[in-house]
Amino acid sequence: MAGILATAQVTSSLALSLASGRSLFLIIDLLGIACFSYLVAKRLLPLLRGQRDFRLDRPWLRLGKVLKFWLVQWKQPRYFVAGILHIFLFAGFLVLLIHSFSLVIVGISEHFVMPGFSGRVGDVYDVLKDYAATLVFFSVAIAAVRRAFFKPARYAVPAKYGKDHTTEAVFILGLIATLMIADGFFDASHAAAQLQLGQAVQWLPVLSLPWMLKSALLSAPLATLQTIHFGAYVVHDLTFFVFLCFLPMGKHFHVITSFFNVYFAKLDRGTLKPVRWGVTDDHLDQVKSFGVKTFEDFTWKHMLDFYTCADCGRCSDNCPANAVGRPLSPRFLTIKARDYAFQHYPVLGHESNGTPLIGSIYSEDEIWSCTTCGACEAECPLLIEYIDKVVDLRRGMVDDGNVPQSLQKPLKALESRGNPYGKMEKKKADWANAKEFQQICPVKTLDAKNGADTLYFVDSITAYDDRMQSIGRATAKILNHVGENFGILGASERDSGHEVRRFGEETLFMALRDHNVEAIRASGIRRIVTADPHAYNALKHDYKNLPPVEHISQVIAREVKTGKIKFDPIANENSVYTYHDPCYLGRHNQIYDDPRDVLDAIPGLKRVEMTRSRDRSFCCGGGGLMLFYEPKEDQRMGVKRVQMAAEAGANVMVTACPFCMVNIEDAIKVAGLEGKMTAIDLAELVDQQIARPSPDLNKEQADEIKDCVATSESASRPE
Amino acid sequence: MEILVCVRRVPDTSENEIELNRAGNDIERDELVYSINEADNYAVEEALQIAARVGGTVTVATVGSEDDEEVLRREMAMGANRGVLISDDAFSGSDGRGIATILKAFVEQGHYDLVLTGVQAEDGGAQVGGMLAALLDYPFASLVTSIEPLDAKKLKIGREIAGGNKEMNEIDLPCVLSIQTGINEPRYVGMRGIRQVAGVPIPTFGAKDLGIGACAVGEAAAKVRRVDYFVPALGKGAEILRGTREENVDKVLELVAAKGGLK
Amino acid sequence: MARIFAYIVHKNGVVDDSAFELAAAARKIDPAAAPTAILTGSGADLDAACAALGASYPEIWKIANDALAYPNAELVRKALLKVLPSDSIVLVAHDHFGIDLAPGLSIQLNAAFVSDVVDISGVEAADLKVVRQEFGGQVSTQVRCNVATGAVVTIRPGAFKALEGAAGLVAGNVIEKSSEVGTLTAGRRYLETVVADAGDVDITKHNVLVSIGRGIQEKDNVAIALELAEALGAAVSCSRPVVDAKWLDKSRQVGSSGKTVKPKLYLACGISGAFQHLAGIKGSPFLIAINKNPKAPIFQVADIGIVDDILEFLPELTNKARELRSVAAK
Repeated sequence: MAGILATAQVTSSLALSLASGRSLFLIIDLLGIACFSYLVAKRLLPLLRGQRDFRLDRPWLRLGKVLKFWLVQWKQPRYFVAGILHIFLFAGFLVLLIHSFSLVIVGISEHFVMPGFSGRVGDVYDVLKDYAATLVFFSVAIAAVRRAFFKPARYAVPAKYGKDHTTEAVFILGLIATLMIADGFFDASHAAAQLQLGQAVQWLPVLSLPWMLKSALLSAPLATLQTIHFGAYVVHDLTFFVFLCFLPMGKHFHVITSFFNVYFAKLDRGTLKPVRWGVTDDHLDQVKSFGVKTFEDFTWKHMLDFYTCADCGRCSDNCPANAVGRPLSPRFLTIKARDYAFQHYPVLGHESNGTPLIGSIYSEDEIWSCTTCGACEAECPLLIEYIDKVVDLRRGMVDDGNVPQSLQKPLKALESRGNPYGKMEKKKADWANAKEFQQICPVKTLDAKNGADTLYFVDSITAYDDRMQSIGRATAKILNHVGENFGILGASERDSGHEVRRFGEETLFMALRDHNVEAIRASGIRRIVTADPHAYNALKHDYKNLPPVEHISQVIAREVKTGKIKFDPIANENSVYTYHDPCYLGRHNQIYDDPRDVLDAIPGLKRVEMTRSRDRSFCCGGGGLMLFYEPKEDQRMGVKRVQMAAEAGANVMVTACPFCMVNIEDAIKVAGLEGKMTAIDLAELVDQQIARPSPDLNKEQADEIKDCVATSESASRPE
Repeated sequence: MEILVCVRRVPDTSENEIELNRAGNDIERDELVYSINEADNYAVEEALQIAARVGGTVTVATVGSEDDEEVLRREMAMGANRGVLISDDAFSGSDGRGIATILKAFVEQGHYDLVLTGVQAEDGGAQVGGMLAALLDYPFASLVTSIEPLDAKKLKIGREIAGGNKEMNEIDLPCVLSIQTGINEPRYVGMRGIRQVAGVPIPTFGAKDLGIGACAVGEAAAKVRRVDYFVPALGKGAEILRGTREENVDKVLELVAAKGGLK
Repeated sequence: MARIFAYIVHKNGVVDDSAFELAAAARKIDPAAAPTAILTGSGADLDAACAALGASYPEIWKIANDALAYPNAELVRKALLKVLPSDSIVLVAHDHFGIDLAPGLSIQLNAAFVSDVVDISGVEAADLKVVRQEFGGQVSTQVRCNVATGAVVTIRPGAFKALEGAAGLVAGNVIEKSSEVGTLTAGRRYLETVVADAGDVDITKHNVLVSIGRGIQEKDNVAIALELAEALGAAVSCSRPVVDAKWLDKSRQVGSSGKTVKPKLYLACGISGAFQHLAGIKGSPFLIAINKNPKAPIFQVADIGIVDDILEFLPELTNKARELRSVAAK
């Protein structure tokens, strides 16, 4: 194209002309623009019906995300081949953007040059764009072959979700290829004509697509070249507008919406959207209906998410619920909602609304199956959000009384007793009050007479579950060892409510939260520590205006660095350890290194990394209320995880979450790996390995204390 | 169809540790949490489902005190149209027959086609439903596990009998049915639902409103009285094997072989 | 002392075991008097049932009526009202029929009512002193029942031991009461009985049962029991919670709302021992209980008890059993 520009400077006449088609092209262009605008307006309509969503804050942070995730395509290489291909395509598209606009205008005004692109800039751009087009063409070809023949598993569409999507994908690839070839022929035919006419030839970059096509056209007669030139332009113009208008009709809408979707993406990880943006807690009683029941209950941003899904399947490929055969596939949560929008807000015809989603496009089990692990959100290159939608759908079901029987009992117990087990409040500190334990590690319960700097927030499972109480005791011993002045709330502590909220029972959550916040404020503590990542996440993100919260792994890592914690070497030479990242410590709160640093500080500890680790960690099965839900699944998530540990060559799994511990220890039995794999909590391991000098005790006394502790440990460990 | 469900507030067995108090004459009631009797909750859910199918209203009533209103509110939050408290000092100490007498007076003031109760309360005797039916001279069926309205005058019901079998009956309306747990899957009711009905008035009916003479109910009229609570001394019971696991396994297999297993 | 009657449940000519338990309970109320049995029904089955009572009841009242061919409590109640003298004490088994019949009967007799009695302490003045349980058996209560105008008392099946030595004595005197009853109609009519699915295994036909309860904890662990049963040549049965959780089919349920079994050996694994479950075990099998809670009520009724975790104990039992079988096979 720039070649035309260059020759325009040299000669005032073009080798080949489009002039005869001016009216035709004008009509095509105007029709195309009108059609596209109409389609976009139609697509925007449901967003106007949706709920509010405040996404205009922190514009610089948002722009930063746009740079990182949209422009630089930061997440794409997580799937390497597809990722690189897509980066090529995307980069090529960006480069070709200017050219595409110019090309459209050229049909109406042949000598048009994009402002700022004459001269040197234009020359450089021309080279770039020709190579870009070539790159796009070959990427498209590889992508098509991949789609049609290699058929990566994550693109497959299970029968219950409808027809395969390959046709749509290949069609678009075909359109893109057509654009590249048409453009190439357009330039190549002109260059060939210039050659024949003896004019100065525009320079086509070597081995670029137009260059290759030019070689093919060298001996063609001039008339043919004119036909090809004109025809290529018609094809390009038509294809351009067909492509443009096709975008809002399917998954390629993301070509347009991705920029906006990333800009408006959620900035605060680990948080949940409120029941209704703009409605404070004390005004919630006025909200008639909680949660998402119909499509219009989604916020406009959620609807934009549905449009932006590129159907890549990466989310479902990483979803642990999907992997074990639960009826949940995040990809299809989005695609089904998108198709619902297309159907109920059609481009031709009238909108229809108000159909309940549960029972039509979604099933109850599908929505209850989610453990909120966040693997889908971590993977999605377009930053589509899932957890808020699942929680909103659950809020809707809870509002309608539609809660599985298996969850009603623990919810009721949480309401009456503040914990899902129905155990009495006065027994919440029993884990710390066994006489033998009190002798070696006194734990004070905070009240009017007893204060402290730090609160150890124990939460329900660690306080009441026989097995998990040992995590509580280990944590208390560690805090003691580092000289922390701490206490527990005891009977005035309620469940943190983390899963209560994520299972959609917002009102009960607020009751638990308000009770805990009052107890925490009354205690006068200035810092909170917990060994439970779910409690950690709740205190950090769901509760407001609390003193700073830390997870015990952060405390330990810090004290290892200061030297307050020193370790004895690992006794068993055959132990190979691997660290399992709990979802609410790792993925949601980015605490990956502290636990690893702690493990690596233990002399003689051999550690291996599982393939799926850090933000690719595989959920153990879920915590809180998820332990009570009875899903339909082919296998336990925990079993898969334990097998991953075995594959990595480990025989000890270390985790830093009591729920992970429940699921993993259970899975070891179910997987038949008893005796071959064990699990230990980070706090338990640290407590076991801390080098404790006791110069005043002789060996007998030291042994006696060890026995005491062992007895109190095993007495409370369920057989 | 106008449906009345008689409900009761009881200490929740799963959320309490039922123990004797220090005096040894009652259970320790200080830290008890209460909820609706489980079978009664199933009855309310069944009533709501019937009303949704054939049209009608659901009233929940309880004989008790102000404390029992929370249970009425919960069932109203579940969907019951009306909650009624039947309360009077004269009613306290009533035995099963006394309660049934009180309920009979209430039923007769209304036009109920169907009266439901739970088959039994945690601390009850599976009696009120049957007694109420006899006092009203309505047909009765207990342990009901399915209800199918046939027309305005008849229902087809299933009862749970031995061997897991189901006894199908036809019963005329108006009637009294006592409902067995597991008949349906009750819907969830949370704090929000209860808050939404917090302002709805719950009328109270006393002895005068119902025209009940004090001699018919209350402690004086009761023929059955609970004297005290106790935990029975454990009898001889089983011979507990005290060996190692291996030894116990061997002993068990010995016994199995002796009794005809292991072939 | 008022006259004591016992309503006898029977089917296909066979009387229910509770008949003999009621006789024992009657003796505890009034050791001097002999209770009168009342049977309703029709045809040969009713006659055979009367004969089957033996000498437990010296006097047997028989009410034969076509309407009573199937025991419809509504009709039976009307029949009983026609024949029972006022102020009688009527004993009924606390089963699905007793629950249906007894409360309404007490009202129509203007008698007192006390249900699910597990023990009888005796009579003091006009009061019958009995023992009941509440809160799923966690506590017991002493109850006084004023029997001045009679009483209807339902007795928990299995709580009273049937009297010994009744066989071989002269059968009780059968007294015809059918003509006193007249035509019987009621607002409730029996249609049919829907029989529960037989399922793939008939637990009532096995001599050795491996029975699991809530202690099995989750569906995947049921396999542990199935393997043990296979190794022992037994069948797997269970208590109600296991069926409610849908881990096993209802056809495997032992209990008052499930099947009644009469094995020679019953292994109760992770079963607490609630009476509704025990009610399904007849014939006094040898009962071995394995439960990690040493206070589980099952240990009160078992012959041998092992305090251990079934999830660990059963697999070891299976392995040893397999060993023994392979040794025996050689």
